[in-house]
Amino acid sequence: MMIYPYGDTTNDGAMQLSFTLPLKASALAKEAAKSLVKKMGFEKTEVVSMQDLGGDFSFFVVYGHTTTGINTDDIQVVEAKFDHMDRVQVDEYIEEQIGRKLVVVGATIESDAHTVGLDAILNMKGYHGDYGLERYKNFEVYNMGSQVLCEDLIKKCKEVKADVVLVSQIVTQKNIHVKNLSKLMDLMEAEGLRHHIIAAVGGPRISHELALELGYDIGFGPGTIPSQVASYIATTKKERLENE
Amino acid sequence: MEKLKLRLKSEPVNRAKEISKEIVEDLMDLIRENTTTSIERTVLRLFGIIGADIDDTPYVNIIVKQLMKKGVLEMGASLYVLNACVHHDEEPEVIAKMVAEENLDLTEIPMGDYEKINALSQRLTQAAMDHIAKIKDERDKLLYETWSDPPRPYKYVIVATGNIHEDVVQAQAAARQGADIIAVIRSTAQSLLDYVPEGATTEGFGGTYATQENFRIMRKALDVVGEEQNRYIRLVNYASGLCMPEIAMMGAWEGLDFLLNDSMYGILFRDINMQRTIIDQYFSRLICAASHITINTGEDNYLTTSDAIEKAYAVTASQLINEAFALKAGMEPKYMGLGHAFEINPDIKDGLSYEIAHALLTRELFPEATLKYMPPTKHMTGDIFKGYAMNTMFNFVSVLTGQDIQLLGMLTEAIHTPFMQDRYLAVKNADYIFNNTFSLGKEFSIDDDSFISQRAHKVLEQAIELLEHTREVGLMQSIEEANFADIKRTQTGGKGLDGVIKKSPKYYNPFEGAFRRLLNLDDEVFEGGVH
Repeated sequence: MMIYPYGDTTNDGAMQLSFTLPLKASALAKEAAKSLVKKMGFEKTEVVSMQDLGGDFSFFVVYGHTTTGINTDDIQVVEAKFDHMDRVQVDEYIEEQIGRKLVVVGATIESDAHTVGLDAILNMKGYHGDYGLERYKNFEVYNMGSQVLCEDLIKKCKEVKADVVLVSQIVTQKNIHVKNLSKLMDLMEAEGLRHHIIAAVGGPRISHELALELGYDIGFGPGTIPSQVASYIATTKKERLENE
Repeated sequence: MEKLKLRLKSEPVNRAKEISKEIVEDLMDLIRENTTTSIERTVLRLFGIIGADIDDTPYVNIIVKQLMKKGVLEMGASLYVLNACVHHDEEPEVIAKMVAEENLDLTEIPMGDYEKINALSQRLTQAAMDHIAKIKDERDKLLYETWSDPPRPYKYVIVATGNIHEDVVQAQAAARQGADIIAVIRSTAQSLLDYVPEGATTEGFGGTYATQENFRIMRKALDVVGEEQNRYIRLVNYASGLCMPEIAMMGAWEGLDFLLNDSMYGILFRDINMQRTIIDQYFSRLICAASHITINTGEDNYLTTSDAIEKAYAVTASQLINEAFALKAGMEPKYMGLGHAFEINPDIKDGLSYEIAHALLTRELFPEATLKYMPPTKHMTGDIFKGYAMNTMFNFVSVLTGQDIQLLGMLTEAIHTPFMQDRYLAVKNADYIFNNTFSLGKEFSIDDDSFISQRAHKVLEQAIELLEHTREVGLMQSIEEANFADIKRTQTGGKGLDGVIKKSPKYYNPFEGAFRRLLNLDDEVFEGGVH
């Protein structure tokens, strides 16, 4: 199916854009903004706002109609598939299908000092009314906190015989999160842990696709709630045990 | 600006302050009896030692490490460096190079003539104190005489490009757009470095390193815009961490105006050893107090890790402890940028009533403090339009309740470090709300039996409960019990305990005394003398 953005009429292709140009607010700058958007393939472009940002910068809000559409049949999505259960169901599932507690080790690694995402998933209190993994009967959770060296995380995984390693990466600039995550994966491979442990990564800039690319089993993006992570862990662990 | 009034009862307020004072007094022996590697490095920096060896290890680290290895750091680093200066008839920076590059062993130089050492110590100490005073006076003159202090709430924005030269472009643009205060976000994890990097940063992660050179570059850039705009633009950086006193010194030296400086942040949120932090925060606050640097405390962090309604009292308790520590370091209330945040889940019914209650509680508990109010971050989602609406409410509460420092919320919080236009939109939002609701506060009064008043008193009572327990068991034990931010830390755990050294009875540090005399702190001997 061919689709176009929707403004107020089917297939009108209407979009809003906002951006800054390194030019003083002026007739020239306004025309530059318009030309830029036209060059991007927009028609009927309209610069609705030009604001002087001081110095040699100005900020634009531009509307335009794109002539580019997209055929949804051509699109492939990499999406993690698992049944979403609630906490009680997950606990029961683990009890019945696995028969022991699953050990989860979580950390934000290397330079990342932000634990908001990790805590949202692991802490008793959870996130968005959904209890965290610590609250589950059948998870044994080790939350190592922030700025954990990959080496230390691996040591801990060995020590407690982790079933799952859960890594959160929030702050990222110049793709440092990719570097950190690759390092952990390399070390896990080198230590021969990779195949025993389910490796999950979460964060605002993490997609499932990126996670797979980096060698992880799953990536959780923004808005993930703990029971999703719990469901994934439980069902994946069962599959693994069956395949062993 | 006319703000709302809560009419907080005085009895619980006085009780809370008294308990906090006792909590802090209980730690003064620890502070008095110990020094740290970071304090000793600060002293050496004050003597004019800057620079690093070819491996980028700062000279001050090399010297302190040598003295530590020889087991004499308990005497204070100053004595050995001064003795070497007298012996070689050189300035401290030359001695530093000799230690770093020629393996000069400071402990092998025979202790020389005490009178000469004393005289040199006095000259160098006075020179440093004079420089700090000069920087302070110049800033105060620009701020209050040449131009005037901008109306409150001050508009505070951050830059975080990782490249100081790019930071300059963004900071100058933000100042031209109307920002009053610019903070340069530090490179991720700098708080855990046990040294301060040297030189200008062109590639940092998540921010730009706090270095003396970066401070200098940004101060100069803001002065240029200030001149053009006829106002003074304040500059902020971050001191909390393993190098708290050193960064305070560098801030004082280069004319910074605010420093993030919290007595417990490093312990709780960065797992820095608690003894180290408590000792370091004192010396760093002496420097801030002497330099008229406004400290900014980090209570907003309690609300990003815990629920903002449930744990509101932790913010209040921490503010009270931070205030008590600052008072002990001779700081005037107006230089206390006690922190709090607008972090209540936006889906909660009547959430704004809670926010107003909490903001008014902070305002009235600390009437003279320069309060720092932090924007929503935890519940920012990537929906920039909702985020912009939340920031509007945040600005509204700030002006209504009389906050002082408004860390402007970015609509792209949770997405990326701010684009230039994000800061512009934030400043325009604040300008609109601050102007549009300027006198609104005086149009309303709050009943004593209203939800807002009851809520504020309840949070204060809860905070007092925590403080009473903390007084009973001691602050360090209370942190061990995870009473703050639900985070458990131990007295001997965390990073940096190896940098805590028990002072010898002959310990010498001329600056401790110099700062304490300047700040009229009790005359009890802290610094020892050259014996």
